[in-house]
Amino acid sequence: MTALPTRKLEAWRYTDLRALSAISFTAPASPPTPLSLPDLAIPRLVFLNGIFAPHLSSELSFLQPFTPVAEHSAQPLTQINAEHAQAGMTLLIPPGVDAGSVLLVSQASGGSMAFHPRHRITLGAGARLTLIEVAQGDGVYWHNPVMDITLADDAALAHYRLQDESREAFHLATIRADLAKTASYESFTALLGGQISRAEFHVRLQGTGGHAHINAALLLGGSQLGDITSVITHAAKGCTSRQTVKSVLSGAARGVFQGRIEVDRIAQKTDGYQMTQALLLSDTAEMDIKPELQIFADDVKCSHGATIGALDAEQLFYLRSRGIAPDDARAMLIRAFLTEALESVTSEPALAMFETEFAQFQAAR
Amino acid sequence: MLEIKNLSARIGDKEILRGVDLLVPDGEIHAVMGPNGAGKSTLSYVLAGRDGYEVTGGGAIYNGHDLLAMPPEARAAAGVFLAFQYPVELPGVGNANFIRTALNAVRRARAEPELDAVAFLKLARAALKSLSMQDDMLKRNVNVGFSGGEKKRNEVLQMALLQPGLAILDETDSGLDIDALKIVADGVNAQRGLKFSALVITHYQRLLDYIVPDAVHVLAEGRIVKSGGPELALALEAHGYAGLAA
Ligand SMILES: Nc1ncnc2c1ncn2[C@@H]1O[C@H](COP(=O)(O)OP(=O)(O)OP(=O)(O)O)[C@@H](O)[C@H]1O
Ligand SMILES: [Mg+2]
Repeated sequence: MTALPTRKLEAWRYTDLRALSAISFTAPASPPTPLSLPDLAIPRLVFLNGIFAPHLSSELSFLQPFTPVAEHSAQPLTQINAEHAQAGMTLLIPPGVDAGSVLLVSQASGGSMAFHPRHRITLGAGARLTLIEVAQGDGVYWHNPVMDITLADDAALAHYRLQDESREAFHLATIRADLAKTASYESFTALLGGQISRAEFHVRLQGTGGHAHINAALLLGGSQLGDITSVITHAAKGCTSRQTVKSVLSGAARGVFQGRIEVDRIAQKTDGYQMTQALLLSDTAEMDIKPELQIFADDVKCSHGATIGALDAEQLFYLRSRGIAPDDARAMLIRAFLTEALESVTSEPALAMFETEFAQFQAAR
Repeated sequence: MLEIKNLSARIGDKEILRGVDLLVPDGEIHAVMGPNGAGKSTLSYVLAGRDGYEVTGGGAIYNGHDLLAMPPEARAAAGVFLAFQYPVELPGVGNANFIRTALNAVRRARAEPELDAVAFLKLARAALKSLSMQDDMLKRNVNVGFSGGEKKRNEVLQMALLQPGLAILDETDSGLDIDALKIVADGVNAQRGLKFSALVITHYQRLLDYIVPDAVHVLAEGRIVKSGGPELALALEAHGYAGLAA
């Protein structure tokens, strides 16, 4: 197997995978008995330990058979995925079709196994899809999914991801999206579970007028580490990219945000914006932020901002002076803090799911 | 009844309240005036339970509750309400959600049934109307982008809905236009009754034309240096604080 990346690699400076390298993983055996499955009243595709479970899944006309991966990648995790991928969801939405919403569920159960699904989503010109992803499980495992997204002209994908893995799990996801002319990729990721988790985005705006929204929320406690890494490449004129990453960290949790915006020479009129804010609920929580702008065009609007702070004492007192108990007051302010990151979530079932998860995080805090 | 006895407090090593004595019987409204920096806001914060003050002596009892021993939310449940001199903005928190959460917290503490969203909205709309406030004030984020006067009205709206037994209004009249001043005064007067008392902190006698106080006190350099009837406010308006020994 290709070696795991180490902190010597710039892209992995803040996320140390030694705890992962220390475990010898096996390929998944028979699929586990499923935990209770999320039901959002939309068509569902279920993978257990990385293996497709047709008996738990809806019939979907857009679903294509899995084909093996032939790829050599310079990214270690993508390369490992290419070497081991045995299953994955392949969705092909024909031009002009609105495919509605699909729920992709990954469930895993312990036993130190590793699985490397390769998902592929292709939207034809003008096609639309809302994909809601939920990853959950029990015990120690390594989930290393790669998702390849291709959006033709005017296609629109809304992508909502809930990483709710076991607290002992490793979740290292790579999402690659290529957007043609005026295509739109709206994405929101919530990192809640895992001992070490990362969502790494590579988004290429290759056609004029494309739009990418890569929002995320990290809600972590204990000794969890969550990492959002993104490279957004503006390779055509007049594209917009937006990123809002909000972290709520308690205990000795660590959050990482590395965001790079690359603007090619031809990508005039680029409009790129990146904002990351962290709320540290304890003295031992930590946030590492690395924004990077690489701009080779001259007529662009690109900016980034970052703030790190604690809950505001004035705001807390204002709420308490109105009779609201301290825990409820804190919960209100934390939920308020997350608002902007959630603004791009327009799917009702996705929004309801995230609200429920956030409420559970608050209750467990 | 609010009974403040020899109350002293400091921030860091700065002595701000130096033995405040004040008695506000139920059903009465008392005005507190005094120069900038005298300690009026400090007094109201200490009564409401804000962090950062060290009480070095004395106490404050409200209806038998030892206020200084209680956390802020318990004081609110006991009926204390502070209208802030500078109301706090809460981005991301809807005003309706905020006020309903507060109202239900207070109702729970008083063993009254909670209000659902519909019942609350009905109540809130009526209160808005009586304060000549737009309905959209409920939909906006708490105090975010509110004009100075709108923030003050929003404080009075909260008071009207929370129905406190003791309201401390810290310069609620500052920044209000003449019409708003009357509306806010009407809002306070509407609360008048045997079980309502108020401390009205103000710099302007004009407010007291509309909210006629039972007593007027002057706080200077951390002490009440003079008390009297409404005529004291008129005298202060004419002659200022000069000549009032601290
Ligand atoms: N956090 C603080 N640290 C240091 N000094 C403070 C602090 N807060 C208040 N003070 C000081 O305490 C004194 C009293 O302040 P306070 O706000 O109570 O005055 P006030 O009577 O309300 O004045 P105003 O009429 O201007 O509102 C002032 O000198 C002020 O500078
Ligand atoms: Mg003041």
